[in-house]
Amino acid sequence: MSRVPDWLLPVLVGAIVLGAWEAAVRLGGVPPYILPAPSVIAVKLVTDWTVLGPSLLFTLETTLLALISAILGGGFLAILFAQSRLIERSLFPYAVILQVTPIVAVAPLIIIWVDNMLAALLICAWIVAFFPILSNTTLGLNSADRNLVALFRIYGASRWQVLRFLRIPSAMPYFMAGLRISGGLSLIGAVVAEFVAGAGGRESGLAYRILEAGYRLDVPRMFAALFLISAAGIAIYLALSGVSYLTLRHWHESAARAEE
Amino acid sequence: MLSPIVTLDHVRKRFANGTEALGDVSLAIRPGEFLSLLGPSGCGKSTVLRLVAGLSEPSAGTIAWSRMRELGFVFQEPTLMPWSRVLGNVLLPLRLAGTPRDEAEARARAALALVGLAGFERAFPRQLSGGMKMRVSIARALVTRPPLLLMDEPFAALDEITRLKLNDDLLALWLEQRFTTVFVTHSVFESVYLSSRILVMSARPGRIAADIAIDAPYPRSDGFRLSPDYARHCAEVSAALAGAMAA
Repeated sequence: MSRVPDWLLPVLVGAIVLGAWEAAVRLGGVPPYILPAPSVIAVKLVTDWTVLGPSLLFTLETTLLALISAILGGGFLAILFAQSRLIERSLFPYAVILQVTPIVAVAPLIIIWVDNMLAALLICAWIVAFFPILSNTTLGLNSADRNLVALFRIYGASRWQVLRFLRIPSAMPYFMAGLRISGGLSLIGAVVAEFVAGAGGRESGLAYRILEAGYRLDVPRMFAALFLISAAGIAIYLALSGVSYLTLRHWHESAARAEE
Repeated sequence: MLSPIVTLDHVRKRFANGTEALGDVSLAIRPGEFLSLLGPSGCGKSTVLRLVAGLSEPSAGTIAWSRMRELGFVFQEPTLMPWSRVLGNVLLPLRLAGTPRDEAEARARAALALVGLAGFERAFPRQLSGGMKMRVSIARALVTRPPLLLMDEPFAALDEITRLKLNDDLLALWLEQRFTTVFVTHSVFESVYLSSRILVMSARPGRIAADIAIDAPYPRSDGFRLSPDYARHCAEVSAALAGAMAA
């Protein structure tokens, strides 16, 4: 069994589930406006691509911009927190408040206040996504080896040198763990904000396509859009796992191969 | 006799939690000597080292340097940066001091050759054995050519065979480079083999219980370990240690 490649078993499970779904819909005569067969959804993906493709791009754009802002914002705040306990103690509770307040409850306000739709969506997605990066990186910056900290002191290292050569590298595994969580959350934040905004027109993402298709009872298109959102989430997760592996493979146990 | 590099005068150390780690320690580190601090765990020998290194301040008494404070420190663990290659780890003290890159790299390579690790510059710490990591740590401590090397039970976590080999290599380096060494250990045999002088410490609060010169000539090798002279010194130091622990 150990010779079976990692990807084979989940692919097999997926194929079986899809086959059963297809068979159930066809044999049971379920109408497509209740549950479309996978083959119908696949066809829909192709025929509606002119609508779904640009929406996918729009959602991905929002997600990636939100993730980049989360990395910059979360990373900057974490470094700020690591400089002084006073700053950390003063500001951290507010970061927690931002994190625990449900984004669907705040999004309507943000959409009223911010005229630019993309900016409003970005703010919503950022609020959801920045916290894992902030809390993980803060933890990482504070977890540098005590003896290494002492060594830097012996050599008279400046605050900046300690940050640059010791604290930031020590924080990388923690930052990477936060990044993988934030990648998924950026997408969720972007989609939730789109739902709340319900914005139509040229600049609209996959969430709006789902709403729109729902009003028209175009259930296959709803499924097609849903499929694209999931696929985007999986792609983001895989990409960030790859970045994490490339960054840590030489030294961190989580990424290094056992036989090395 | 040459004037001491570092002099501790009636130094006391009480930690914030009230523990009295050192009670009235006076000692002088003489240039060129191999000084061991020997004692049971909790006798404050590591505290002495941290005070000399400036990592902690004495609660009373003074610590005086006869020149600028410059030292190398080797911890009980290799304490390497796992994300950095061997060369990068040895480069660290020079990089922190702002030494030009080319010069720093040449000196780091030379220090690695000194500890027998030429050819391992590009390796990551996790690819090395415990003994090799400790060698990297020693190379890093020596790369700035400090007049004083402080070692805090550096070989305690290593196996016997590796420890004996590192003892020999450390002595050879010390004879060649003539840096002053302060070596913390809880092994009588290790301290007698290495040292020119041993300070036996007693615990709670830490004090100097005995000051014993080991006058056997260098270079020392396995022959010294088997000599009656070695056995006599070990017996003397053991007795002093037993006395210190009973007191």
